[in-house]
Amino acid sequence: MINIIINMVSRLLRGIGSRMIARVWRLGAGTRLFMLAIVYSGESFRRFHLTLREVYFTGVMSLLIIIVSAFFVGMVLALQGYNTLQKYGSSEAIGVLVALALVRELGPVVTALLFAGRAGTAITAEIGLMKTTEQLSAMEMMAVNPIARVVAPRFWAGVISMPILAALFSMVGVLGGYLVAVPLIGVDDGAFWSQMQANVDVRADIINGVIKSVVFGVACTMIALFEGFDAPPTAEGVSHATTRTVVISSLTVLGLDFVLTSFMLVV
Amino acid sequence: MDRTKIDLWVGVFVALGAAALLGLAMKVGNLTSSKIGDTYSVSASFENIGGLKPNAPVKSAGVVVGRVADISFDSKTYEAVVTIKIDKRYQFPKDTFANIYTAGLLGEQYIGLEAGGEDDVLKTGDKISQTQDAIVLEKMISQFLYNKASETDKEKSAAPATSEPAKEKSTELGDAPF
Repeated sequence: MINIIINMVSRLLRGIGSRMIARVWRLGAGTRLFMLAIVYSGESFRRFHLTLREVYFTGVMSLLIIIVSAFFVGMVLALQGYNTLQKYGSSEAIGVLVALALVRELGPVVTALLFAGRAGTAITAEIGLMKTTEQLSAMEMMAVNPIARVVAPRFWAGVISMPILAALFSMVGVLGGYLVAVPLIGVDDGAFWSQMQANVDVRADIINGVIKSVVFGVACTMIALFEGFDAPPTAEGVSHATTRTVVISSLTVLGLDFVLTSFMLVV
Repeated sequence: MDRTKIDLWVGVFVALGAAALLGLAMKVGNLTSSKIGDTYSVSASFENIGGLKPNAPVKSAGVVVGRVADISFDSKTYEAVVTIKIDKRYQFPKDTFANIYTAGLLGEQYIGLEAGGEDDVLKTGDKISQTQDAIVLEKMISQFLYNKASETDKEKSAAPATSEPAKEKSTELGDAPF
């Protein structure tokens, strides 16, 4: 009886331990891939059309989803904000609310989440399939470094695309908020912009938002690349890796956002 | 996909991003101040402007007629000098009264103009002489408390003096045929 209990407990502990070790191993391998991608990134700038092609696939192709969702996020923010602010007789502050929420938080974070879903999964599936069909091994056979040829251009494309997408998200969101607040609800046009300009600081809010989006770009792209590179070379393995990309990217972005925000607010 | 076509699209993408950043800095952030048509600027000095900020609206009868352009401190008179830009379409007499009001209980502060009766109108560089400061809540509360305190002091000091007439009154009441 006691033996069975001890067996169960030890199996449980072993399970937890092996999972933890696997996580740590993946973290280390991911960091190594990150370092390798940076070390071998010379080629992605020397042959810039490689990176450009990836910017097209990760950035330009994500434009539609980013712009449409930013528009609706801005409109909802304005509606909800007005609903509460109007109780305190300060509905002019709606511009400040929309702009600060978008520039500081929603712009970088929602863009990163959408980016992980739209571009990250594509990267993981592409690289996973390259590995499954042994294209990566073939490259190595031809003395082409797959990290320099496949990983680094995608990495830099993600890092370039992300701040651009986040800036677009914030701007389109503010325009969506304006559309609801001023023509629809009837908030004063001048007060909307003047309060916004009086309360949104270029250094403390806009630049910090850009910094956040760069960090999220690095994290999301790197996670997607690693999951693809690490995927077991089977159909099931690639599908699992794609799912993990979305889950891990989303959690990492939200966690990083908290850490970055606490640093930015203290300083 | 042709390589040049990709170049074009990436160019459009980067240009859009740059435009969005510029728009954020210019329109959303405080890099520039927005302008309203043709304006003329007049100044007014206040002893206390409270939380008035540049770009705050200038209203007359509730209609926005201009914006606060600049706020500075005059070290000779120890007063705040507020430069306001008023839309050229609106003319105000020279003896216009400038107040600092608060929009709502917690809202932003703005300048309210009340037109006077003179025939001459304000022009660029003129100064509005009649002004009223912003209401500072702490000042009001302390004034209220001070008044309350002095009232109770007066009552206390006046108490012995008023006791006699009170007595008289009571006797009067006592004499009254109930």
